Amino acid sequence: MKKVQFKSTYSQYFFLAPQLLILLIFLYWPIIQTFKDAFTMQDAFGFSSQFAGFDNFLFIFSDPSYLTAFKFTIMYSFIITLITGSIGLLLAVQANKVMHGKNVYKTLLIWPYAIAPAVVGVMANYFFSERYGLLHHLFNNLWGFNWYEDVFDAYIYVIIAGSWKQISANFIFFLAGLQAIQKTVIEASIIDCKSNIRRFWTITFPLLMPTTFFLIIINITYAFFDTFGIIDTTTIGAPGSETKTLVYKAYIDGFKGLDLGSAGAQSIMMMLIVLVITIFQFRYIEGKIHYN
Amino acid sequence: MYKYLPSTINHLILLVGLTVMVVPIWIIFASSTHSSLFINTNGLQFFLGENFKENYSTVLFKKSGFFNEITAFKMFFNSFIMATGIATLSVITSLMAAYGLVYFKIKYATFIFWLIFVTLLVPLELRVMPTFVVMSKLNLLNSFAGLIIPISASAIATFFFRQFYKSIPEELLEAAKLDGTNSWKFFIDFLIPLSKTMIAAVFIFMFVYGYNQYLWPLIMTTTEEYWTVVMGLKTMYGSISHRFAFVIMSMIPPVLIIVFLQKLFIQGIFQNK
Repeated sequence: MKKVQFKSTYSQYFFLAPQLLILLIFLYWPIIQTFKDAFTMQDAFGFSSQFAGFDNFLFIFSDPSYLTAFKFTIMYSFIITLITGSIGLLLAVQANKVMHGKNVYKTLLIWPYAIAPAVVGVMANYFFSERYGLLHHLFNNLWGFNWYEDVFDAYIYVIIAGSWKQISANFIFFLAGLQAIQKTVIEASIIDCKSNIRRFWTITFPLLMPTTFFLIIINITYAFFDTFGIIDTTTIGAPGSETKTLVYKAYIDGFKGLDLGSAGAQSIMMMLIVLVITIFQFRYIEGKIHYN
Repeated sequence: MYKYLPSTINHLILLVGLTVMVVPIWIIFASSTHSSLFINTNGLQFFLGENFKENYSTVLFKKSGFFNEITAFKMFFNSFIMATGIATLSVITSLMAAYGLVYFKIKYATFIFWLIFVTLLVPLELRVMPTFVVMSKLNLLNSFAGLIIPISASAIATFFFRQFYKSIPEELLEAAKLDGTNSWKFFIDFLIPLSKTMIAAVFIFMFVYGYNQYLWPLIMTTTEEYWTVVMGLKTMYGSISHRFAFVIMSMIPPVLIIVFLQKLFIQGIFQNK
């Protein structure tokens, strides 16, 4: 907050009002409704409902398909973070080193970032289709690819579709992080340490820590929420519900299955997860990592 | 200085990266210029065909045979209205709210601060069902207002502007106050001109964000009249090369923005930090 501020009786509320009004009607109202749903049991036709306490929560925890979605989401975000982070870093380091064509590489590598996940999913669909799919043919020749039935193959499908565009995001941020490192630090380290690889891991990478942690959060959030469009345009959760993320499952249960109680409870569980990630981000990362 | 020797390896790795990022799009584009019959018999293509004009104009303008009642052109129009609406509404409300938060002594300031920023914890994906119910109660399903407002109900842009205002030196307001400027004049004559770049960055960031929305338009539009491009991709039917053409066209607006407004856009995403 500023030390010098305006003192006014009404003006400040005029400035705050539009946003507060929109948030109250279009955000708080639905959230309150979510909590209501989560603690109510409704019959299948929505005619009657009664207070259910934590029954909906107990139900989702005893539901094997919820646990499957939970495990899949954790695995999915871990692998996406790992793959896109390392490829993004590798490319950013190279792009930072080259003398010629830096801008061409940069432009061509960042534009997939702007493509919507659902569009990426539709594209992935073509590459994995039995009829035209180049990747389908490739994997099929290698080990007999069949994502409709084989869980492992379905994982490969959604991991490739989910990682592709996120490589761009990691590339952009790592490149910016690398460019922010002072030239003098790098020059000094060249004198002290001849090995390129050792210098990267002992000097450059530690200096990239803030960027790395920031990207971990970005990638996890992406894998949790933004991949909705990818799952919905690729496997739709198949085989069975093996590739449903938590968000996708909540949507299917609530919107297609009309089980509002369960969907509400699932949403609240997701809010708790987001809360934990955010607290982690603020407490741990902001506290332990020093920005230069 | 750097050694020149390994630079071939650097270029090689980058070229592999480029191949992974660019070739899939090129293949879909090249395939979209062939006839469906050709694709169906020969698979995806790497070289351009001769049906570019025919395929793309059919997708854009032909109503029957491709969609029931909507053309891709209309979907682009809808997406454009939606994205512009989201960007405009978020920029205006957030700019004002951030001003109220940073530059005023407010009663219950902490409470209002949390009321606004706690919403960052609840992305739209977590509240689609109840938001849908609220929208139908307000009679806003199948309308542009319905497409725009719930997505603009977000504190992301407020967060950007608040960070920006906090970086403006205190002396500016002190000097303005000595001149007897009131809060309105200060906002319009000083702050908005100072925030121009920031406003542009947030605007295009929110535009791309709005254009790329998938889930919300999907459940919120029950008639084809309000379909948007990104959601229409999945629900559309038609011959295969027409679908390829539509996928390619759907990428053009956000990709053009990132190529031509690279600097601003990256500044926009960096405010996320």
